[in-house]
Amino acid sequence: MDIQPMGDAAAVVQFGTEIDLAVHRTIRAFAASLAEDPLPGMIEFVPAFTTLTVFFDPIRTTFADLERILAARWAQMPEASSEPGRTVEIPVCYGGEFGPDIGEVASHNGISVDEVIQIHTAGEYVVYMIGFAPGFPYLGGMSERIAAPRRANPRLAIPAGTVGIAGMQTGVYPIETPGGWQLIGRTPVRLFRPEENPPSLLQAGDVVRFYPVSREAYARLLEEERVR
Amino acid sequence: MIHVEQPGLLTTVQDLGRPGYQRYGVVVAGAMDAVALQVGNLLVGNRPGAAALEMTLTGPRLSFADDALVAVTGLGLMPMVDGREVPRWRPVFVAAGSTLSFRPMAEGCRSYLAVAGGVDVPVVMGSRSTYLRAGMGGFQGRALQAGDEIQWGERSSVAEAALAHLRRSGSGSAAAWFPAPSVLPAYRAEPVIRVLPGRHTELFTEESRKAFTSQWFQLTSQSDRMGYRLQGPTLHLANPVDLLSEAVTAGTVQVPTDGNPILLMADRQTTGGYPKMAQVASVDLPVLAQLRPGSRIRFEWLALADATRLLRAQQQELAAFARGLHVAAQAVRAH
Repeated sequence: MDIQPMGDAAAVVQFGTEIDLAVHRTIRAFAASLAEDPLPGMIEFVPAFTTLTVFFDPIRTTFADLERILAARWAQMPEASSEPGRTVEIPVCYGGEFGPDIGEVASHNGISVDEVIQIHTAGEYVVYMIGFAPGFPYLGGMSERIAAPRRANPRLAIPAGTVGIAGMQTGVYPIETPGGWQLIGRTPVRLFRPEENPPSLLQAGDVVRFYPVSREAYARLLEEERVR
Repeated sequence: MIHVEQPGLLTTVQDLGRPGYQRYGVVVAGAMDAVALQVGNLLVGNRPGAAALEMTLTGPRLSFADDALVAVTGLGLMPMVDGREVPRWRPVFVAAGSTLSFRPMAEGCRSYLAVAGGVDVPVVMGSRSTYLRAGMGGFQGRALQAGDEIQWGERSSVAEAALAHLRRSGSGSAAAWFPAPSVLPAYRAEPVIRVLPGRHTELFTEESRKAFTSQWFQLTSQSDRMGYRLQGPTLHLANPVDLLSEAVTAGTVQVPTDGNPILLMADRQTTGGYPKMAQVASVDLPVLAQLRPGSRIRFEWLALADATRLLRAQQQELAAFARGLHVAAQAVRAH
């Protein structure tokens, strides 16, 4: 474990150098410890692929003090659990106007559209971190058989709920954003829920499974989300 | 109640932001110039982190349905009550029926209108700040528009006393209290911004590191609450590296592959994957907040211990100012 300052109000704890499930589990365990027993002067923490950043109030504490306390906490940490996190199932209406690029993903990989759907729904995706936009999950574990490069011309507005692929990654846009991902479908489930605590459907450590729904089921689920 | 006649270029409700939810991807947002916001609130008897209006480059035109105690802080706008200029950085009485408008000034970018009682909008995740991109917080998740009606909360007894005192002198009259220059950030038109090493400073070429602190950078037109895109010498890594996304923060100087740095500000994303050249010392963030597109800046390295010392000194100045105001308010009440 290596601890470095990020300016005068944050400390970055580095646990590894590559995307790796063991590193992820260690970060998850350390985050759980910080959530349960917050450090003096700590404001919040942000777990990522290989790092966990602790934001602190520089009026109340200093990087040097925090570095010492973080190292002590680390020394007391029990072995990280290898238990998987919660499993969250996300319905997706694939193709059509919701997934205009699904044909391109299929032809890029020399497979059919149905095969893209089958492979995408067969995967178990680990939420390594949340970032980029409120509630946006960085998912690991996508099959390389449906990998596809980003679009040369990013779209100006991708609707909330859109499911996409970029390189070896798949993800869901929680709010309308511009972006260069290949769009393969859309979910009626809201990933960003500002009125709830936590405000995000997903958290780092969760496991995501996608399942296909018809256009009718999509419309019905969307209506259910509205009246929730 | 305040009636918005004209909204100005970009007027939003902001407080000290929405920390605590970054691990869910929720940005902190909040006032770009947090010192100006806090001084404004203290002047009108609010707690320093109360919600106020952040006004950008051109101000709004606001009519008041009730008597109010306000303060305009920050830089860039000269306030006028019923067409007559009133002092900035001071408590000002605005009578029911009066109009508050603004004249753009030559320098500065963001002014704050603090109202005694605080701007009253729903608290979302612990904050009243507007986050425009997600359409949340503030006034209906958006910038103010003509026709909006803004409410304020309950005034403190200190504010009531000041308001009663100023009412006698009429709309637009100002109290004699103002912050000493030492309370305010070191505002400059072409500032030297102090930075701490970034996570990846050592990965940049020696030439890039040298250029970073020896040459000027200019804020491009793509500069807003999210971040400032800078133009100057391009910065390059010695060897290409594939970095994984991780947390970023206000003041992070990140460098995309084109070599033109981006300086992240209040509405930045919570995470990013570009190499980080430097991190602006917190004490200089308010100075950055007052720059407009076209402004020039230079960077200078600062040690971590000095950054902490300077920030704490600024906080002490604010605290001392708050205590001084309290004494002044006591005197008014005794009067």
